[in-house]
Order: sequence, then C-alpha cells, then structure tokens
Amino acid sequence: MAAIAAEQAHSHDHHGPLHHQFEDLDQQNEAYLVGMWAFLVQEVMFFGALFLTYTLMRWQYPMDWYFAHNELDWKLAGFNTFNLLLSSFFAAMGVRSAQLKDRKGVLLWLGGVLLCCLVFLGIKYVEYALKWEHHLVPGPSFFYQGEANPGVAQMFFGLYFAMTGLHGIHVAVGLIVFGILWLMWYFRKTIVTEDYMPTEMCGLYWHFVDLVWIFLYPLFYLIPHP
Amino acid sequence: MSAVPATQAPAPKPKSYLENGHTVASWLLTGDHKRIAILYLISVSIFFLVGGIAAGMIRTELLLPKGVFLENDSYNKVFTLHGIVMIFFFLIPAIPAVLGNFLIPLMVGARDLAFPRLNLLSWYVYMAAGTLGVIVILLGGVDTGWTFYTPYSSLYSNSQVGLTIAAAFLAGFSSIFTGINFIATIHKMRAPGLTWFRLPLFVWAHYATSVIIILGTPVIAITLLLVGVERVFRIGIFSPELGGDPILFQHLFWFYSHPAVYIMILPAMGVISELISAFSRRPVFGYHFVAFSSLAIAGLGFLVWGHHMFVSGQSMYQGVVFSLISFLVAVPSAIKVFNWTATIYKGTVKLDTPMIYALGFIGLFLIGGLTGLYLSSMATDIHLHDTYFVVAHFHYVMVGGTIMGYLGGIHFWWPKMFGRMYPDNWGKLSAVIVFIGFNLTFMPQFVVGYLGMPRRYHYYYLQPEFQPYHIMSTLGSSVLGVGYFMPVLYLLWSLKYGKKVGDNPWGASGLEWETSSPPPTTNFLEMPIVTKEVYTYDAEKAEEEFEHRQELIEEVTG
Ligand code: HEM
Ligand SMILES: [Cu+2]
Repeated sequence: MAAIAAEQAHSHDHHGPLHHQFEDLDQQNEAYLVGMWAFLVQEVMFFGALFLTYTLMRWQYPMDWYFAHNELDWKLAGFNTFNLLLSSFFAAMGVRSAQLKDRKGVLLWLGGVLLCCLVFLGIKYVEYALKWEHHLVPGPSFFYQGEANPGVAQMFFGLYFAMTGLHGIHVAVGLIVFGILWLMWYFRKTIVTEDYMPTEMCGLYWHFVDLVWIFLYPLFYLIPHP
Repeated sequence: MSAVPATQAPAPKPKSYLENGHTVASWLLTGDHKRIAILYLISVSIFFLVGGIAAGMIRTELLLPKGVFLENDSYNKVFTLHGIVMIFFFLIPAIPAVLGNFLIPLMVGARDLAFPRLNLLSWYVYMAAGTLGVIVILLGGVDTGWTFYTPYSSLYSNSQVGLTIAAAFLAGFSSIFTGINFIATIHKMRAPGLTWFRLPLFVWAHYATSVIIILGTPVIAITLLLVGVERVFRIGIFSPELGGDPILFQHLFWFYSHPAVYIMILPAMGVISELISAFSRRPVFGYHFVAFSSLAIAGLGFLVWGHHMFVSGQSMYQGVVFSLISFLVAVPSAIKVFNWTATIYKGTVKLDTPMIYALGFIGLFLIGGLTGLYLSSMATDIHLHDTYFVVAHFHYVMVGGTIMGYLGGIHFWWPKMFGRMYPDNWGKLSAVIVFIGFNLTFMPQFVVGYLGMPRRYHYYYLQPEFQPYHIMSTLGSSVLGVGYFMPVLYLLWSLKYGKKVGDNPWGASGLEWETSSPPPTTNFLEMPIVTKEVYTYDAEKAEEEFEHRQELIEEVTG
C-alpha cells in the first residue's frame, strides 16, 4: 500500500521495520502482540460455537456418534497429530532463531514448518478422498450402512467436515503465511530480519492452529464406547 | 501584540488531512484513520437511507387494516431488508467506525490507529458485504427476518438466504477488525501521561464495545455459516426435520445478538458522556462508575441472551435465571443515566444542538431501558413477546438511543472534522423535530402492542380498532424522516459555506480539541504530553455561574 507510505512521507521518516504511527519498536511490538492475542480470542470464539454444537449433538446421540466415528481412521490422523506437534516445535525454534537474528536457522526451521504443513494437508486430502469414495460426504450421494442411524451419521460427518475443514483452511492459510515469511527471510527483507515480531506472530497463529487440532483429534477419532 | 520580526514568516499552517492528496486513490488507498472515518460516514449514510426507505414502506403498508400496496411475501422481504440493513450496516458500524475511528487516535494522542491497513481492509470488507446486500435486493430479497430463525431459513425459505448470510458474515468481520484495532490502540498507544483513568469516557465505551465485538461476533459468524451449510448440504444441525436442534440456533444467535445491542448502545453512551460534560461545563459525575459500568455492561451483557427465548421452549428455570440477570444488567445502564443527570445538576447548561440531542437521548433511553425490564419479567413477556411492544422497546433504545447519540456526536465533532460550523438554529430545529417525530412514531406502538398487535404482520383487519395508532405512527415517521433529512442538507451546505471556526469552538476539554480543525494527517505536530486530569472543567466556576444565574432569575421574577 504505497499510498499509506507516501501520505506520511513528508511528516515522518519511514524506513526499516518501524511504522509511522508508533514511537519506537517496543511500542509497535507490544501493539502487535495485543492485536494478535485479540485476534486469537476471536478465533477461539469462532471455533467455540462449533465445539458447543458438537457437544450437544454428541450428548444427544451418544451411541450413533460412537458407531459413526468407527468410519474414521485414527491411525492416519494420529500420525498427523504427531506431525502438527512437530511443526509447532519447529515454529518455536524458528521464532527463537529470529530473536537471535540467525537467518540460516530461521530458514531451516521455517522450512520444517512448511514441510509439516504440506504433509498435514496431504494426509487430510487422502482422508477426505477415502470418505468421498465411501459415500460418507453429506449431501445427495451420502450412503451409510453401519450401525448408527444414517441421518445421525450424516450429521456426524457434517460436523466432521465442517470442523476439520475449517481447521484445514486455517492450515492452508498457515502454509501461505509461512511461505511468505520464509521468502521474506530468504530475500533479507528488513521488516522481518530487523524485528522478530512478525515471525513471532506467525508462530502464535501456528500454535493456535495446532491447539485446535489437539481438541479435534480426540473428539472425532477417539470416541470411547458410551 | 505581534512581536514576530517581519523577516521571519510565520510557520505555515500544516496541511490538514483533507488537503493531503486530492485524487480518488488518495482516499481509496488511505491508511489515515480520519479519511477512513469519512469513507465510513458516506457509506453508512447511504445504508441509512436504504433502511429508511424500507421503513417508510412498512409504515405506509400499515396505514390501512387490509394493507396498502404490499403482498405477504414482499412485506416480509421489506421488513427483513429494513432490519438487516439498519442493524448490520448502519447501527453497528455507525458510531465506532465513523466517530470512533476518527476520534480514538486523537483522544489518546496517537498518530493513527495501531493497524491502519487492517482499518482500511475493514472498510473494504464492509463495502463487499454491502455490495452483496445490494445484490440480494436485486435478486429479489430475503424474507427470514433479521433473526434468520431455523428451520425456516435453512430449509423452507425460497429467498436469497445464502447470499444474505455471506453478507452478514463479512460485515461481522469488518467490525471484528475495527475492534482489534481499537483494543491494541487503547492499550498501547496512549500519549505519555494519559493513564487509563484520564481517558475520556468515549474511549472507555469503545473499549468495552470492542471486547464485545471480539467475543460475540465470531459466534454469529460461525452460526450463520452453519445455517448456510445446513441449507446447501441438508445436514441436520438446527432443523428438527433432520435431527438438528432449533433451540440451539436461537441460543447461538442471541448469544451474539443480545451483546450486539450493547455494541450499538455503548458507543452512543460514550458520546453522551462527552456531550453532557462539555455542555454542562462540569466533569462527569462519578467518572469511575461510568467507566466501569461500560465494562459491567460488556460482561453482564453476555449472560442474558435467554430473555429473548422465554417462550421458545427453553427450560423454565433457565428462564428465571436469565430474567434475574437481565434485571441486573439494567443497573449499570441506570448508573450512567443517574450520573449524567448529576453532572447536569448545577452545571452551566448550554443548549447547543449536540446538547439537545444528548438530552433527547437520556429521556428516550430511559423509556427504552425501563420497558426492557417489562420484557425481561417472564410473566409480562409472555403477553408482550412478539408484539409491537417489543418493536417499540428496541426502537426506543436503538433509534432514540443510538441514532440520537450518533447525530449528537456528528454535530459535536463536525467542526473538528471539517473546520466549519453548521447553522446552529437549523441544528436545534432538527433535533427537536427528531425528538417529536420519534415519540409520535413509537409511543403508539407501545400501546398497540400491549393491546395485542403482533409484530411482522402486514394487516390487522380483524382488529380495525388498531388503526388510529398505526396512523399516528406513520405520521410520526414522516416527521422523523424530515428531522433526519434536514441535517443532511445543512451539514453538506456547511462544508462549503459554513462559518470557519477555531480549533475548539465549544471550549471543550480533551486532546482532540488541542490540535487544529481539521487535524493534520499525523494528528499532532508534536507528541502531546498529558498532565491534566480528564474533563478539566472548573466545577467551582460552574457552580458560581449557576448561582449567579439563579440570582438573576430571582431578580427578574421578583
Ligand atoms: C436495559 C436493559 C435491557 C433489557 C433488560 C432488555 C430486555 C429485552 C427483552 C427481554 C427483549 C425480548 C422481548 C421479546 O422478544 O419478548 C428485548 C428485545 C430487544 N431489545 Fe432489549 N433490553 C435492554 C436494552 C436494550 C438495548 C440497549 C437495545 C439496543 C440498543 C435493545 C434492543 C433490543 C432488540 C433489538 C430487541 C428485539 C430483538 C428481536 O426479537 O428482533 N435492548 N429486550
Ligand atoms: Cu436482549
């Protein structure tokens, strides 16, 4: 947004990572952090309504929920859980390297995050494709012949796709965000190399995405017999 | 007096934010919170007009017991359009995105909001939502009411529910962006010396509003998304036919939409605190109580949503609890009203246009708030639910409260925004017309609602005795329309021909009055340092003036 910079150019020097509206980098970083946390609170409420819906449905149809969940592959998803946890570790290490201004380290760790992202989305794709083949995607082609009531099974899969899908979108956004971040580090953009805060904020976002999955995994894949 | 040597030219007046670039791009790509506020001002005014036209159609239709010109279907679409446009596209953004955007950085002594690009994005998202809304109208509209109740909205309605949901979803995110921006700005960008308890109450109110926006809006976003999912894929979530739970929808909807009424009223309360103190020339009485009552409203407001569902089938015991907490939430609102009144008491009251709006607000909000208590008592609500009594209640708070506050604020800060003053007599006249028109429109609705006129009906030929009330109401709405249209004319006129005014035409306290009118792009030429308490009007002086005036009155009356 060149216009914003131009608008302020006469009145305030604009270079480096400091934006014109802040006094110093500390103030800017603190404002970023507050803003990011406010955003994450918003995200919690966003997913929260879905978790509430899930809770009520499962409470209402405990047996059907149990039977329907047998169609899901807990091993594949378990691997993905491990994969995401690993990526969170990479992200944390990436932030640490950014604080130490260790560009090589950042590129390495963030590369790891990107890789995990891709693996996660790949596995998710396989899972979704299998559901599609087995006619377990809600809609006109839905066909279920298990022990659960077919209508409730469709509700189960509806929520499954809604919640993991929304989470998947967040992972895809993470892929884009970390991709851009990685490129900025690669091309030595001062916005990221001089100030660790952008990297830190991406990390915060990523831990949140990870955390959502930590709840989703047991709720969908590990339902005990009621 | 002029001691400046002739050789040394006076420092050139800094360019104001209005003069800093004249191209369209300099407006549409701006990061300046003041310009974005102006963009918002124009857009919300347009939506106010659209919503107002729909209101006019509703009132015309109800003139005759058999209806005048609308079919059932088109009537449903018109009142839905009215509700959605007014709530999502006017009342929610009006004060925060226009006045809040313009004033919060000025009031905290910052150069801009913390995230200027996010601020601009919020306007674009709002406009995208608005465009979708217009497309919905062109494609034939939507007929679910602004409440989108399932299963009608998800399974049966043949209108543009999907697109409308998308529009509401986007509008929600535009206000979330604004909320995040305000929170970060108020927390981290206050000028040196500006402690929390030196912040104007306008800022406190916007802080509380932002908290509600961030906690509530995502819930409605996801809920509407689920309605869309249910509609498209026919998965049971909210529709009993498919195994879903319609009460769950209502819980989620009102979990947002009750707090949303505070998103609409809290900023207006912030405006009123500023006006009352500026035109009584006294600090707001019980500043801390007023500040904390905003937070109390934000907190308690999240615990009362069930009062919209007394007759929906929720448990009776739940109803009792919701009813009691609803009584509680009226307490912080009352604290504000009492404290404003105490501020005026013995103040040197000046009845300029903004003050007339502010006094109107207090009276109308009082009625609106008190009738809220009738509705939150379960026994009375069973009779009053879904009648015009409810319609009157929420118009008293939203139109009598929020729009009065908005207009008062616009009149108060207009000289700050554009450096020119409107003709005060016209302003006063419009304020009085609005007040009269408003009461004429909505007071009869209390009565006719109590007598049993249901809301959202487009005829009442079985009860022709309701007609006089409807005629009064329709008449009042035309008066109200005139009252709203007048400011459009004289405010636009004043942009070119209004008298130029100094930086602080009202002699008000607050950082925003210490910079030039209109302010330069960076708001302040040097970082302001705050050493004064908030609202430094001299209470003693005001009291002296008051006594002096009392003496004069006694002299005159003997
Ligand atoms: C003093 C605190 C308030 C209380 C106790 C209160 C109580 C209530 C109750 C119980 C209802 C439900 C009536 C029914 O449907 O049977 C209601 C409806 C409503 N109230 Fe309030 N209210 C208060 C303040 C406000 C404020 C400040 C606003 C807006 C700025 C507002 C806006 C509304 C709206 C829009 C509805 C109708 C929603 C609908 O069904 O479409 N209220 N109020
Ligand atoms: Cu309510």
